[in-house]
Amino acid sequence: MSEHIVPKRTYYLIFAALMVFTAITVGVAFVDLGPLNTVVALAIACTKATLVVLFFMHVKYSTRLTWAVVAGSVFWLGILLTLTLGDYLTRAWRTYG
Amino acid sequence: MPEALIVGHDHDPRHHPALAHHFDNLAQQKEASTLGMWVFLVTEVLFFGGLFLTYIIYRSWYPDAFAFASHELDVTLGTINTAVLIGSSLTMALAVHAAQTGERRLLLMFLAATMALGVVFLGIKGVEYYEKFHAHHIPGPGFVFEAEYFRHAQLFFSLYFVMTGLHAIHMIIGLGIMTWMLVWAWNGTITSDYASPIEISGLYWHFVDIVWIFLFPLLYLIGRHVNIH
Repeated sequence: MSEHIVPKRTYYLIFAALMVFTAITVGVAFVDLGPLNTVVALAIACTKATLVVLFFMHVKYSTRLTWAVVAGSVFWLGILLTLTLGDYLTRAWRTYG
Repeated sequence: MPEALIVGHDHDPRHHPALAHHFDNLAQQKEASTLGMWVFLVTEVLFFGGLFLTYIIYRSWYPDAFAFASHELDVTLGTINTAVLIGSSLTMALAVHAAQTGERRLLLMFLAATMALGVVFLGIKGVEYYEKFHAHHIPGPGFVFEAEYFRHAQLFFSLYFVMTGLHAIHMIIGLGIMTWMLVWAWNGTITSDYASPIEISGLYWHFVDIVWIFLFPLLYLIGRHVNIH
């Protein structure tokens, strides 16, 4: 078999990075950044998820077909979120007159 | 005639015992099973995506009630559970490594460790649910909360229970899959040539971890900086 075996060291490093990001996101949550609190929390969550997908789930080493399917899930989730939020979050903008 | 072919195939020493008829070789079989699991995970992304979307909309409509209600969640237990789940993803990744290198004892050990951490996660989740039950924070006729946020706090807790509950159901299914893999690792079905069952079970386990990576900040953390008293 010519499959790619990810070295254990990579797994330990990703684990350490995920734990550090968890500590940061908990720490930052208690600091008042106004609306930026949500942005920072979601940015860290997206970073952690990307690390898990690329390394723990081997997508970095996977075929183009797998890449396309993974990108497709993000794209379709993007459609779901942007089109729906584009409606709900702009309803208050409506003015009469 | 077809029967004879099948019998001939089963006894053909040139075929790997784990290779199914409809694949040319193990590499093609592995790629197909990996792709199949990813296609399933895409449906899961959109399944949870709908709930996340609902949460974002209600949170943006009732930010005060949601910030107030989220203060009732236990950040310490939530953080511990996040660490436990990330730890279980590490042991899962190491189980995949052990399967690929054919280290059967290590594989059994890491699968058992992954399951143990999964059980710890569910146990802590159970403690949290018990606390909510005790504080009358279950939405419905028995719900008790500050009058100002009484109605919209129920929206928060409804979403909290549905989202974490659905996540917990996925964890329980994951434990079932790991039990199955433990049997296959034990009876020698898993070899370094045929590690893909462990790999695609790992994909599912890591996906469930990712769902929690988003649930934790959205439910427990954002709004924590707001001084509610």
